[in-house]
Amino acid sequence: METILFCAPVAADGTLAKASLEALSAAKTLAEGLGATLAVGLFGADVAPAAAAVAACGPVFAVTGEAFAVARYATDAAALEALAKAASATIIIAADDSRVSRALPGVAARLNGRIDAHVVAIAAKDGKPLVTRGYYRQRMTAELTRAARPWCVTVSGGCYAAYDGAPGQASLTDVSVPVTEAMTRTTIKAVVAPSADEQTIRPDAKMLFVAGAGWTKKQGDGAAHVPEAGQLILGFLGKAKASLGSSKSLVDMGGEGESVLPFLTHLHQVGQTGATPRHQKGLATCCHGEEPHVVGWRFITERRAVNLDAACGWAQGKADVLYVADAFEVMRRVNELLG
Amino acid sequence: MFHIVVCGGIVPDPLQTLEPVKGPAGWGLKNELMLPSILDPWASHALYEAAHLAKAVPGSKVWLVSLGPKAKLQQVMMTVAQKAPFELVVADGPAGGFVDSFEVAEALFAAISGIAGLDASKLLLFGGWQSASRGSGSTLQILGEKLGITDQFQGVDKLTVGADGSLEVMERIEGGAYQISTCTGAPAALGWATGELPEPPNNPQVGMANMRLVMPALQKAKPAAVNAAAIDYQSVTLPAQKRETRVVKDTPVDVIAQEIIDWLAS
Ligand SMILES: Cc1cc2nc3c(=O)[nH]c(=O)nc-3n(C[C@H](O)[C@H](O)[C@H](O)COP(=O)(O)OP(=O)(O)OC[C@H]3O[C@@H](n4cnc5c(N)ncnc54)[C@H](O)[C@@H]3O)c2cc1C
Repeated sequence: METILFCAPVAADGTLAKASLEALSAAKTLAEGLGATLAVGLFGADVAPAAAAVAACGPVFAVTGEAFAVARYATDAAALEALAKAASATIIIAADDSRVSRALPGVAARLNGRIDAHVVAIAAKDGKPLVTRGYYRQRMTAELTRAARPWCVTVSGGCYAAYDGAPGQASLTDVSVPVTEAMTRTTIKAVVAPSADEQTIRPDAKMLFVAGAGWTKKQGDGAAHVPEAGQLILGFLGKAKASLGSSKSLVDMGGEGESVLPFLTHLHQVGQTGATPRHQKGLATCCHGEEPHVVGWRFITERRAVNLDAACGWAQGKADVLYVADAFEVMRRVNELLG
Repeated sequence: MFHIVVCGGIVPDPLQTLEPVKGPAGWGLKNELMLPSILDPWASHALYEAAHLAKAVPGSKVWLVSLGPKAKLQQVMMTVAQKAPFELVVADGPAGGFVDSFEVAEALFAAISGIAGLDASKLLLFGGWQSASRGSGSTLQILGEKLGITDQFQGVDKLTVGADGSLEVMERIEGGAYQISTCTGAPAALGWATGELPEPPNNPQVGMANMRLVMPALQKAKPAAVNAAAIDYQSVTLPAQKRETRVVKDTPVDVIAQEIIDWLAS
């Protein structure tokens, strides 16, 4: 019989991140489908509040201590490895956040196991676990299973509802991991996040606003209007509390000495070599993308586009609505209406 | 001084239409060997960063290690070899996304183990933080473990080397933020995101120098043992849903704006 271990780092305030709670739902669904045992593995400085929150899911194994508070490969991998061994896990499930994505593949190697990352669904079929994930940057989808164990699986955010069972008294087993010198060659110095005002990447936003290179191109009057484009985009993001995405062309311009929107970085890029964010709604403006570009909104549920060109690649067959119009005029009016 | 090993596969040019097909050797792409290929984009950034670092730290050297079909690699090298100085190491085998990352890591490990003069204590293992084919972001970590490297970083956009050989690394984390870490020095593994450098222009001289080593490397490439049955694929499909796009044109801006406002609020 399978033993499924859900693993997660615990935040400084003792809670589990939303992405982890979503992965817990995935793990729970699989355990129920297979009739398998579910256990929880937590690591961090202090795991007590998180352990209580997930107590109803199964026995909790925990690696604790200051060294495990930070997102560092060596200590995270050691913790995850010890948790998997303590629980005798055959399937290890976690969120695909940056911390787990960095460490879990190496843990799979240490356990002589295998890993499938960024899974979007996990289910029991004919008594076997079956996972679904994208290939070629989400341009195709595969369902797969494996005979090899232990099998590590990371689950993408936004695919499952976050677990919100009643808290309780956890049955907690402490797992001790000695911290060696080799594990602390790396020191975490800082996390640099844009201030709330400057923050334009908002994974939890309902709306993704995608800006394309058209915003910087010569317009009907023969001139480019980059400063106004910047104001319109930032104005909308602020009023609608939307997250900003950008086409590759637009971000790349920054590196080529062209006048470009100062708040854009490579982190905003969506698409084949960018992010594939998950939001309920997406509005693409001044984008004329082909396939590698469109990959950026594969996980956007409701999609609309504004483009002067009716043949806009982001829209035809991919968006629900295409407004053939001037994005400057449209967004100016939208911002006015938003007040 | 660093010994920088960049791992990079080849992927179909992103503008190509891709269709999955099941062949005798398992899942692959329709006409896979005919599709024009490029060096995996994020691995390309890793290569540019490696070349830049090697230039800045005298005595350093760059190897590009790739698992792929020899003939395809040769084509891709015609352009890649003009971008940056490196020595190519080839494991002759499948380059496709459906191959298990563990199998790929083992093949790369075997190839790297065969590099004469590679000093593990100076090793910086570079690669893309995800491939554009498998997109799993796991090969480099597994390979790092096999090479005994336990200082690993992913989603790297910046590496700064201190006078004492220490490393300062900027990694992408959630919500547009960066985590900044320092590491006492090599060995370390870095999975690169976009990095900071633009794509270098083609340099025919670099290309000529590289090609002198590329051809022998291709000739002596050993076939890689890759188990295609490691993953049991039940199905591979293209997303079928094509949306019925409602095209709104010749409509006053006020009407469009109001429609967007209503949609935002819905
Ligand atoms: C290896 C590789 C990887 C790639 N990866 C990515 C990726 O990750 N992400 C990505 O985005 N692309 C990627 N691409 C590139 C992609 O194929 C496109 O070339 C690019 O994204 C196009 O950018 P764009 O739509 O912003 O600009 P453009 O093609 O310049 O289009 C501008 C559009 O703006 C419209 N426009 C101009 N003015 C207005 C106005 N006033 N109102 C309304 N519309 C207006 C025009 O009609 C036009 O359609 C990749 C390509 C390669 C080869």
